[in-house]
Amino acid sequence: MALNRIWVYAEATDGTVSPLTLELLAKARSLGDTVEAVYAGADADAVAGTLGAHGATKVLSTGDLGGSLPGVPVASAVAKAVNDGNGPDLFMAGTTYDARDIVARLSVALDKPVLTNNTDVEVDGDAVVVTTQVFGGTKLVKTKFTAGGTQIALFRPKSFVAEESGGGAAAVETLEVTEPGTAKITNRHVEEATGPKLDEAAVVVAGGRGLGEAEKFEMIETLAKLLKAAPGASRAIVDAGWVPYSYQVGQTGKVVKPTVYIAAGISGATQHMVGMKGSKNIIAINKDPEAPIFSIADLGIVGDVHKVLPKVIEALQAR
Amino acid sequence: MHVVVCVKQIPDPAEPGKLEGDNTLDRSGKLILDESDSYGVEMALQLVDKAGGGEVTLVSMAPNNETSGLRTALAMGAAKAILVSDDALSGAGALDTAKVLAAAIKRAEPDLVLAATESSDGYTGTVPEQIAAILGLSSITFAKEVAIDGQTVNVQRQTEAGYDEVTTSLPALVSVTAGVVEPRYPSFKGIMAAKSKPVEEVTVADLGLDASQVGTAGAGQEIVAVEDAPEREAGEIIEDDGEAFGKIVEFLDGLKVI
Ligand SMILES: Cc1cc2nc3c(=O)[nH]c(=O)nc-3n(C[C@H](O)[C@H](O)[C@H](O)COP(=O)(O)OP(=O)(O)OC[C@H]3O[C@@H](n4cnc5c(N)ncnc54)[C@H](O)[C@@H]3O)c2cc1C
Ligand SMILES: Nc1ncnc2c1ncn2[C@@H]1O[C@H](COP(=O)(O)O)[C@@H](O)[C@H]1O
Repeated sequence: MALNRIWVYAEATDGTVSPLTLELLAKARSLGDTVEAVYAGADADAVAGTLGAHGATKVLSTGDLGGSLPGVPVASAVAKAVNDGNGPDLFMAGTTYDARDIVARLSVALDKPVLTNNTDVEVDGDAVVVTTQVFGGTKLVKTKFTAGGTQIALFRPKSFVAEESGGGAAAVETLEVTEPGTAKITNRHVEEATGPKLDEAAVVVAGGRGLGEAEKFEMIETLAKLLKAAPGASRAIVDAGWVPYSYQVGQTGKVVKPTVYIAAGISGATQHMVGMKGSKNIIAINKDPEAPIFSIADLGIVGDVHKVLPKVIEALQAR
Repeated sequence: MHVVVCVKQIPDPAEPGKLEGDNTLDRSGKLILDESDSYGVEMALQLVDKAGGGEVTLVSMAPNNETSGLRTALAMGAAKAILVSDDALSGAGALDTAKVLAAAIKRAEPDLVLAATESSDGYTGTVPEQIAAILGLSSITFAKEVAIDGQTVNVQRQTEAGYDEVTTSLPALVSVTAGVVEPRYPSFKGIMAAKSKPVEEVTVADLGLDASQVGTAGAGQEIVAVEDAPEREAGEIIEDDGEAFGKIVEFLDGLKVI
């Protein structure tokens, strides 16, 4: 059984569609006959090509939101379509700041549950069943939606693999906003980032509290540069103010699946591991042989980061 | 200014989690204040202070009339609490929880509602925004800085690339990120005072809600399976003898990333 129609909430920055959106479109295509994208922004035409190439036949655009946070206006537009009988069987969105607001508002508007933190979805008969990881990813819980109508589900990044469908540009149609929203963005601040992005890099070098002090994060930065890697961090050192939040890997930070993840001075708390245990290879350096991170490491070094890292850096610089 | 803070009382995250027979999280043991909510409590106390008057009311939904987490937050300086406890709420999903909390918050008639962006045990991250939707409140999520200026709320909202400055007017709901402020430790005096602060215990019926709408019955979702995730095997673990760096370089070499 396939679903009739699936809507995917599409997000883009400066006309570039997010990898997460493309991952969701690929999965949606395997579940539904018709896949359409919902987009909030003035530049729907600019993203219609990419969305179409990944399987969306339409872009349902709310147009420019006039500076409003998307939660209220986008939920109002989707709810109106559903109430008019034009809604989807399944509304999929990624775990992002904006999409969380939208699905929460939508669930109230439709009086339907929303299931979040999913890493998989399947159709069983005519029911939608989603999978969530609990207890640090050691258990998988499958939950079925039992009320009919439009189901609402939010997915973690990198749950699916993006794939082009070879489709032409999606047709842009208007999705009518009925509530404009009252929380307004007055200014945007973009933090300078150099090098590869944390959630896209092939190599991630992450540091934790075991580094001892903020200045020692420089070792992580240096090694990252040598490996063309992105630096990452545990929450402990983000909360301590050593590095910005954008470095955080884990349940409340980024999900990464690089070819190699190097964890230096990170204990391996379950909330950290859910963000990196999908990495193809994991190297851990920790002075405590009992550290949980070793249970998932392909190469574990029981040692002092202050001794091991400088030598690795030296060896790489010498090459 | 009157601020309501949603505070969740959760099983100690340091203890391994357990599922009940019906696959819901085991919450039968002692519950504590979710650390995520200690930031909201601190933020509320600071905002009331800056406003030059008002008070902080806590709202919580928890089984077995649990109050130990509430007492911690009262000891920090909150004035009073409303606790919703009802057997009918076992198995409640995020939307049900939001309906219950919204009804309790309404009784307190706050100018501002604070919550955490996500709880430590459920981490659905949708409850605060659902509460706002139910109460028809303006809302700003993921606040990493909050300032009140008369009737205006100015927030620095976390984004993928940095942060946005977002503004709205009171009454409103704001969800705050961990680390937004430094939560104070309750003083001995605070702990003693908390023992006699009022905690109003209410049931679903007291809130004028229909029990069939908010427990497992109203959830619209059913857990159909719990499976072990495929385990990741541990690989080679070696003790650093001063030469372990060579192993790392070799490993990276083998993967062709250098
Ligand atoms: C709701 C919630 C969400 C969370 N989300 C996240 C998240 O997204 N990401 C995240 O990372 N955490 C998250 N956490 C926090 C998590 O539980 C841990 O507290 C955190 O990951 C610990 O960081 P750490 O490993 O750097 O520090 P610690 O746990 O303190 O570990 C430090 C490690 O360094 C080792 N060490 C010390 N000195 C040296 C040395 N000289 N050489 C080598 N090793 C050394 C120690 O043996 C220890 O294992 C969350 C927690 C909660 C409750
Ligand atoms: N049972 C509850 N009692 C009080 N507050 C709650 C409850 N559940 C959720 N919240 C609030 O909503 C936030 C987000 O929760 P969640 O949606 O479960 O991640 C929490 O951090 C609390 O501030």
